[in-house]
Amino acid sequence: MKYLDEYRDGDIAAKLVERIKRAQTKPWVIMEVCGGQTHSIVKNGIDHLLPKGVELVHGPGCPVCVTPLEMIDKAHAIARRPDVIFCSFGDMLRVPGSDGDLFSIKSQGGDVRVVYSPLDCLKIARANPDKQVVFFAIGFETTAPANAMLAWQARQNGMTNVSLLVSHVLVPPAIEAILSSPQNRVQGFLGPGHVCAVVGYTEYEPLAARFHVPIVVTGFEPLDILEGVLMVVEQLESGRGEVENQYSRILARGGNQPAQDLIAKVFEVSDRKWRGVGTIPRSGFQLRADFHDFDAERRFNVHAIDTMEPEICIAGQILQGIKKPHDCPAFGNPCTPQHPLGATMVSAEGACAAYYAYGRHLKDADLVMIGANGHGHN
Amino acid sequence: MDTTKPASEESVATLGPFGECPLPIFEHPQIVLGHGSGGKLSAELIEKVFVSRFRNSTLEKMDDQAVLEIAGTRLAFTTDSFVVTPIFFPGGDIGSLAVNGTVNDLAMGGAKPLYLAAAFILEEGLPASDLARVVDSMAAAARNAGVQLVTGDTKVVNRGKGDKVFITTTGIGLVDRGTQLSADRARPGDKILLSGYIGDHGITILSQRENLEFESALESDCAALNGLVDAMLDEAAAANALDGFRVMRDPTRGGVATVLNEIAGRSKAGMELRETQIPVRDAVRGACEMLGLDPLYVANEGKLVAIVAPQIADRVLAVMQRHPLGAESRIIGEVVEQHPGMVLMKTSVGGTRVVDVLFGEQLPRIC
Repeated sequence: MKYLDEYRDGDIAAKLVERIKRAQTKPWVIMEVCGGQTHSIVKNGIDHLLPKGVELVHGPGCPVCVTPLEMIDKAHAIARRPDVIFCSFGDMLRVPGSDGDLFSIKSQGGDVRVVYSPLDCLKIARANPDKQVVFFAIGFETTAPANAMLAWQARQNGMTNVSLLVSHVLVPPAIEAILSSPQNRVQGFLGPGHVCAVVGYTEYEPLAARFHVPIVVTGFEPLDILEGVLMVVEQLESGRGEVENQYSRILARGGNQPAQDLIAKVFEVSDRKWRGVGTIPRSGFQLRADFHDFDAERRFNVHAIDTMEPEICIAGQILQGIKKPHDCPAFGNPCTPQHPLGATMVSAEGACAAYYAYGRHLKDADLVMIGANGHGHN
Repeated sequence: MDTTKPASEESVATLGPFGECPLPIFEHPQIVLGHGSGGKLSAELIEKVFVSRFRNSTLEKMDDQAVLEIAGTRLAFTTDSFVVTPIFFPGGDIGSLAVNGTVNDLAMGGAKPLYLAAAFILEEGLPASDLARVVDSMAAAARNAGVQLVTGDTKVVNRGKGDKVFITTTGIGLVDRGTQLSADRARPGDKILLSGYIGDHGITILSQRENLEFESALESDCAALNGLVDAMLDEAAAANALDGFRVMRDPTRGGVATVLNEIAGRSKAGMELRETQIPVRDAVRGACEMLGLDPLYVANEGKLVAIVAPQIADRVLAVMQRHPLGAESRIIGEVVEQHPGMVLMKTSVGGTRVVDVLFGEQLPRIC
């Protein structure tokens, strides 16, 4: 397929791997920030191509995974209401709350729908004027423009039966939190290509300078990722810590200005809770005051829901690159994609689910164990 | 825990009343859509609810059809229900699907499909012209596949209690060759053959759903495969190697990945696929990229996967490629001794990944 196959070429991949091997003299730990990058790495088996001294750890960039449990419970409380059509991106449906997931709410009669674009909610709302249509607006800067557009158009059209349950998070505060942690192991980053396509990468420059850490804004195809790794390794080996742009075919330093303008009209920066991590100051978006009429938390009065996360699940440490999924005592048993304890086991982009499905970094014995019965019993 | 021990030998007291698996079905007090996905949830529903209650040696084979010996004659017997939305789609409709699906399940057992029964559940308000169109299509599909519809039933339910029309077809066929096709017969060294482009049916249906706006010229691959199977088995018989024909499956819901995992699991063998050999149309790949789906898990309605001994693989492949329904056939991988029960794939960039069974429905990713 044009513009895709070029970035999946096995011969070029082998040459890039060769260059990484030649460049690398010391062991390095590199974090891919985005869930989309994690998915591409495991789906294409890229981690198996890298030399042993280059360790990839996955970052917090899976929007489904970092959405806090209490927000999931709020979503479920709203979705259970008979007057509501609850709309969500697909991979949110199987994330367990304190009591079941959206699929089980659907099976009990809740009207839960998968949408591919937030704007589909406008059509659903027009077709169902007697129902309240609620969109679960999660994600990073990438999904913010489309989510903002939903609120914007709902207000422009005076629609009273549309609202958003907002759980928006931002990448730079998460990177700052990771680098500030005393347990931090990460020495370089593959920066989030799609996020930067929206907001640019100027915000990453002070981070790279302050922590003297390479951040290479990287795409999602196998060759993008290998080239991003090469650029990080070259910086690390030569003692540099700068922002570079591997994904220049898609994005420029300033990002997409009209998208940023729209975000600024609808959202403002706020403190946000991250699943397993806790509250990070100024790490997300909330609706601005003039959009409060479209805030589902207010409309359905679910503010008071406050949920503790299961103690055994170490999703928080996994999301920060401190631990790997198979460091978790629950990994594979009892925590599996059939019976997830944390969201990192649910989303296809989640680190634990990716390890489980594709056998990332597992020893051969473990691979056989998981494949033998599909459950990963010990 | 010893994973090879059957559940029946485990103590009920330590494992709970339903055996050794963590059972989402029992955590879900209701049936959820994932129970119909063909993935792990479906497998558990079938095993824990149905097989456990009807247990017998034929059922336990869990093939797409039962092969029964009655008075010295080997018959294949199968049934399947069809509930597609929309009922008319590019490349077919629920009628042709209902005939071809059951014909294919018989053919996958090495049988010559002969007779069908059909049961219709009609929703009040269904336009009679739509029903006639569906039945015309069934008649044409039956003629084309060389089968006769010999008995049937109709019921009508209140508006809202069904979705236009549901069809269940049951079929009988004659196994007139000495084939022994079953999912537990794959062995190391065998080749894995695939009869063409994957994912056409599933993506066609998806593209027709109301909330998904993408244009494509894709058509469902809905087709009766008994002619292709006949040619393949004739070739194996001519080589005096019918025994080398181990397993055949049509990768419908759950796609090629699910079928191969079932075979690997039941044969206690591993598999190694080569991504570059698996034919996927650009339109299907494009849609999958956009929606965050994997074509290996997308449904097909006119494709087959065959596991055959290496000695006859090239001959069988050549016959497949000469048949109009198998022109794009490929050898996509091998059965191996290592990692029994697990399917691995060499990716196009040269990496290796596990191709696992999905839990439930394949969910579109957020970004």
